[in-house]
Amino acid sequence: MRTRMVTFGVFAALALIFSYVEGLIPIQLGIPGVKLGLANLVVVIALYKVSWKETFLLAIVRVLLAGFLFGNLFSIVYSLSGSLVSLAVMMGLKRSGRFSVIGVSIAGGTAHNIGQLAVAMLVLESSSIIYYAPMLLVAGVLTGMVIGIAANEMLKRLVKINM
Amino acid sequence: MKRNDWILAVTILTAALAVFLLYSLSGNKHSESVTIRIDGTMYGIYDLAEDQMIEVNEGNTLEIKDGQVKMIYADCPDQLCVHQQAISKKYESIICLPNKVVIEVNSSSEDELDAVTQ
Repeated sequence: MRTRMVTFGVFAALALIFSYVEGLIPIQLGIPGVKLGLANLVVVIALYKVSWKETFLLAIVRVLLAGFLFGNLFSIVYSLSGSLVSLAVMMGLKRSGRFSVIGVSIAGGTAHNIGQLAVAMLVLESSSIIYYAPMLLVAGVLTGMVIGIAANEMLKRLVKINM
Repeated sequence: MKRNDWILAVTILTAALAVFLLYSLSGNKHSESVTIRIDGTMYGIYDLAEDQMIEVNEGNTLEIKDGQVKMIYADCPDQLCVHQQAISKKYESIICLPNKVVIEVNSSSEDELDAVTQ
């Protein structure tokens, strides 16, 4: 029990740090909302290492902590919607057993972007921003692939953590 | 990467390409005006041909120059809209989420007439 809690704490801390580090990267691509999603690396690893309940909790804790520390109420709402859609899709694909970590992460990255776009459309009552869907899809595939490859390498080396 | 991973990636990219082509075929022309909406309600329509500065509720400032619109000031912390490139094509938009400001390039008036007569 104690190790579970400690591991969860370490995961949550890592996810939070990655959220912060990502904020330090000054690259702006000119497309709103496109970023690497470093914190998602921790979530993907958690997906394969801890139970789905803990992964779910981790994603929410990460978004709330990062949101209150570095963002505002709006960023929390958008992050949360993206994270939850992404997590739901990743859990589904992982359970299906047909995809590797990289495929799961690609789907997660894409779902994250589309989830946020959908919420933005609802909040703004404007459907025109669907214009950005292609860029966000491509960005989701690319960032998902990078995160997936990194997660895959880390999972190979994290065999000792098992819960 | 497994074979399924590649299929997934290629499917998503194809979908992206399809949506992109659909939009670029229908809206590649440069347009004449931009609409500004706040929280879904109309704020104003501005001519793209005329260089001007537009202040939107003090929270945002837009610049129209050389037929393109750019957000040059926003009072929000993330500044995503300010970092965004200038827009000029139909359907393109700049959005300031915290202030719920949507700037959208309009279809030209001719297109609207066409749509009505069709």
